[in-house]
Amino acid sequence: MTIEIKDLYKQFGKNQVLKGIDLSIGEGRIYAILGPNGSGKTTLIKSILGMVIPDKGHITVLERPVKKDWKYRKKIDYLPQIANFPPNIKVKELIHMIKDLRNSPSAEEDLIQLFGLGPFLGKKLSTLSGGTKQKVNIVLTFMFDSPLIILDEPTTGLDPMALIHLKQLILREKAQGKTILITSHIMQFVEEMADKILYLLEGEIYFQGSIVELLEQTGAPDFEHAVAALTITENHAEDS
Amino acid sequence: MLKILKYSFYDLIRSRWSYVYFLFYLILGFVLLFLNNDVSKAVITLMNVIIVLIPLIGTIFGVMYYYNSREFTELLLAQPIKRSSIFMGQYLGVSGSLALSLVLGLGIPFVLYGLLQSNAIFDFSLLLVTGSFLTFIFVGLSFIIAISNENRIKGFGYAVLLWLFLAVVYDGLFLMSLIVFEEYPLDTFSLVATMLNPIDLSRILILLKLDISALLGYTGAIFKKFFGTDLGFLVSMAILFLWTVLPILGLEYKARKKDF
Repeated sequence: MTIEIKDLYKQFGKNQVLKGIDLSIGEGRIYAILGPNGSGKTTLIKSILGMVIPDKGHITVLERPVKKDWKYRKKIDYLPQIANFPPNIKVKELIHMIKDLRNSPSAEEDLIQLFGLGPFLGKKLSTLSGGTKQKVNIVLTFMFDSPLIILDEPTTGLDPMALIHLKQLILREKAQGKTILITSHIMQFVEEMADKILYLLEGEIYFQGSIVELLEQTGAPDFEHAVAALTITENHAEDS
Repeated sequence: MLKILKYSFYDLIRSRWSYVYFLFYLILGFVLLFLNNDVSKAVITLMNVIIVLIPLIGTIFGVMYYYNSREFTELLLAQPIKRSSIFMGQYLGVSGSLALSLVLGLGIPFVLYGLLQSNAIFDFSLLLVTGSFLTFIFVGLSFIIAISNENRIKGFGYAVLLWLFLAVVYDGLFLMSLIVFEEYPLDTFSLVATMLNPIDLSRILILLKLDISALLGYTGAIFKKFFGTDLGFLVSMAILFLWTVLPILGLEYKARKKDF
């Protein structure tokens, strides 16, 4: 198992965000974590990364317990949701800096070329547009060779061409047997990429399975409606 | 940690504000020296300026840097780096670059003026040392405020309040209590009260080294008796040091518990 989560609880103030998550994530697959806004997707991801400290529960990543450890993060590539970098630094300096900090072999040249970032290398990050920043973000994530990749809203701000490249990249990494976790609100993207769906609702895993299983269970005509149906069923249950 | 420190430091010394801060001290140094024509007097004027300004700039800069680099900190947190290394690196980067601006900005005009030959060199170094201490103390305190407050406006508010309290209100309260309790022996009280505020402590420390404590009257004599001695000097330096270490420990503690 790449990731094992047992009985995970997290509360922010009065807001109970995660209410006992149990989850095993196997190797070599693409998992999509879905759920309405505020359902705990990012909190779950950040708990795996050790950025959020759980109130209760146990997480292991590649057989190593996450608590009070930081070296396991060498095995994770993480794409954060909002790419906001130090403003005074140039793109190539940032890439160099992350390489320096991680101290592992990297393959940024191809990625820079793929996303056409060449002309931006000498520019300061504060002068870049949102989409270009996201491309830099993607380069920073994919330039390392780690067995686990976590992408939080990877499609934000990307133009169609870059989106195609991103999809190719993800599939290439999958072909190498890597485990990939994605959150996204773009259902078309999820449908195309994901092998398994994890649907979070109010801090619990509400559905877990493949897209086919999801369609069967909800009886909806397509994936987008099936995901929407998951939310609606729950709302009805609450109303009654 | 050293890598984070290096990058924070580079990032900061290339920012416009560091230059503004550096140039301010540079100009201040030159103007004071060439208008005053007297190193000792220049040191006193400088003391009055920096004792108030350093804490203000330290808190504002610290809070600003923390909030500005928040997303980047999140990026770092996902890297295989120890949590405390990230925050210590940033803290030392900010306070280090501010302290450097101070030391270079004031140091250059004074060295050019011929300070090295003058006997005010000790007073002047003391000024720079306490100034650097104040920088580290207030950047530390501001980092704690920023890390405890998600809301930037609140964070800024608390930081400014902290500065206002320690730089202005504290002295007012101190004076008022001296007047109210004037019937009682207040030697120990005033000593302790001074120690509890790093700004006051630095001010007294410099004033007493400048041999103008006669201006301070009776209380000044007590202070002179305490701070003027080597022991008093060492104790006050130790307390300044303690004032520096405590925020760092607090920052470590806060950083360990914090969710991002």
